[in-house]
Amino acid sequence: MASVRLVGAIAAGRLAGIASRAFGRGGGTALPGVVAERIDPRLVEQLSAQLGHGSVMVTGTNGKTTTSHMLSSVAAKAGYLPLHNRSGSNLMRGVATALLDEAGPFGRLSQAERRLGVFEVDEATLPEAVAAVRPRVLIFTNLFRDQLDRYGEVDSIAARWRDTLQAAPESTTVVLNADDPSVAALEASARGRVVFYGIDDRAPALAEPEHAADSRWCPDCGREYQYDVLFYGHVGHWRCPGCDKSRREPGVRATSVRLEAHATRLTLATPQDSVELSLRLSGLYNAYNALAAVSGGLVLGIEPAVVREGVESVAAAFGRQERFEIDGRHVQVFLSKNPAGLNQVLRTVAALPGDKRLLLLLNDDIADGRDVSWIWDADFELLAGKAASVVASGRRAEDMALRLKYAGFPPDLPVVGSAAEALALALRETPAGGDLYVLPTYTAMLEVRALLARLAGVAPFWEEQP
Amino acid sequence: MNLSLRLAHLYPKLMNLYGDRGNIICLRCRCEARGIELVVEELDIGDALDPKGCDLIFMGGGQDREQRRVVRDLLDVKGEAVREAVEESVVTLAVCGGYQLFARYYRPAVGDDLPGLGVFDAHTEHPGENVARCIGNVVAQWDGDTLVGFENHGGRTFLGPKASPLAIVRSGYGNNGFDKTEGAVYRNAYGTYLHGSLLPKNPHFADHLLRLALRRRYGEEVDLAPLDDSLEQAAHEAAIRVASC
Repeated sequence: MASVRLVGAIAAGRLAGIASRAFGRGGGTALPGVVAERIDPRLVEQLSAQLGHGSVMVTGTNGKTTTSHMLSSVAAKAGYLPLHNRSGSNLMRGVATALLDEAGPFGRLSQAERRLGVFEVDEATLPEAVAAVRPRVLIFTNLFRDQLDRYGEVDSIAARWRDTLQAAPESTTVVLNADDPSVAALEASARGRVVFYGIDDRAPALAEPEHAADSRWCPDCGREYQYDVLFYGHVGHWRCPGCDKSRREPGVRATSVRLEAHATRLTLATPQDSVELSLRLSGLYNAYNALAAVSGGLVLGIEPAVVREGVESVAAAFGRQERFEIDGRHVQVFLSKNPAGLNQVLRTVAALPGDKRLLLLLNDDIADGRDVSWIWDADFELLAGKAASVVASGRRAEDMALRLKYAGFPPDLPVVGSAAEALALALRETPAGGDLYVLPTYTAMLEVRALLARLAGVAPFWEEQP
Repeated sequence: MNLSLRLAHLYPKLMNLYGDRGNIICLRCRCEARGIELVVEELDIGDALDPKGCDLIFMGGGQDREQRRVVRDLLDVKGEAVREAVEESVVTLAVCGGYQLFARYYRPAVGDDLPGLGVFDAHTEHPGENVARCIGNVVAQWDGDTLVGFENHGGRTFLGPKASPLAIVRSGYGNNGFDKTEGAVYRNAYGTYLHGSLLPKNPHFADHLLRLALRRRYGEEVDLAPLDDSLEQAAHEAAIRVASC
């Protein structure tokens, strides 16, 4: 029997969603949750408890949205009805809104028995989310510095994750990236089963280390990790020379990784069968996202063939390698919001064939981080001399342009604050049949994606069908 | 004459929190544009500093964990050499955590004081974990001009009689949020909370450091050719704009 409070919370939340959409204030992906949670703080707990197949949760600095899209697709192929905060609204209000969207007026989830929750959760929100949702599977992707003015230091996030795992139910299976030492170390805090994933194939190794590495030192003995292979940032085959810790042999591992222009081919060894995966996404970071999603799917007990089908059918999540065709121009959006993620994007774009036109947008809203100094930690030098044209935009367009100048781009590159004008200019500079790569921070992505969707005649994200 | 400057970069892997390498990239590019060779020597834990073998010293900021790791080495392995270099007017820039470690001590919210190098007559106190950090854009008055950057620090720094402030805060917190001072100066050593990165957006300050280093090494007749800083100026002005809203 639903409480009066829950019923009131749902009604108020729904009203807020209708109002938010009607007044064009956004997709209503957060406001209903804010309103409803204020009325009933136990809303997420009460609604998620009805999910017939429980839920799977994804957190980490980078890869949350793409990994959870893959999981949602896997769940759908397996016959579940995924309930997913698919717009990437990943604070408690986003989880609450996703649940509200499927709740009836009396606090009943529709088709609850067929539902599997698929939630991506902000790394700082994890403790609250795990306590309320009690997920069956909890997946960690990676841990890098991100928005230091908002999250604080990387160490404090790691500490929060440890506390979360110590308080999580024993029934939660924890899925960890074996190749990121700060994620792998969470094994010690997990109370239930732990599954590792990682890349065994040494082919995609970096020739030299990147600047944007955060966990270079063993937190226990203080020695610098040694790497047999380094894939990006501090992710690779690590070991501590001081205290005998090293990368664990992953249960789900990529024995072959082939990175192609618009695809990635992986051979995975799993405790069940080996799986040949052909992703429609490029870049090593998406190989990791796929490994995380496959591991999650297998832990849920889904057949490897079904997992494969689900992961392969994902084209791109919202603003993450998402493509638009505009007047015969191929436009692709690569969300870029912290040094490690941006480096992966820069490497991926550098490896793409043909002339490259670039539009980089740097905003400093709260959701981007007010501090833009992080762009100096990313290796824009990777693309210097490789772009046929480049436009800098966003609220901090000048900072972006300056970073590009010092990376070796032409110092007279156009600096256009308005995203709409910058996009128009970048499109004009792209010939028909040509490629334009758009690299925005989070809020700039929302803005530029809305512009692109309108130009390409794509529905706004909140009307997108799963 | 082929000009050359040697920069000692202290703990580049440990103290690199807020795009601090932008300062090195900036100095290198501004030297290159004038045909000056900049030789950067990276000094990590255990590496000694030769006080006679460097014209510039740089140290950036780090997380608490990293600061605890470098403090012993900074005091025991490099301390005497750094102090000697500073007394010899070697041009020194220490940002954020580096600035704190170059001052006399750091008093954490809980626990014992952490000793610093004492290059700057200043100390830092953490007012307690419940007190908000100083986070945001900063504009400060320096030498008839402005310095812009971003600050993010929990500790509040107070200057003693032998240190002068680097700049006077117009917008933001600066050293402590009370007395409008930002950073510290002693001889040719500069400490500051400003990152962002600092030097790319403050090319006049970058050139000030280079000019001091060149004059110290080659004498008064050496000066810097002007560069096209229109993009630098635009970024500087954009930072002033966002700081005031």
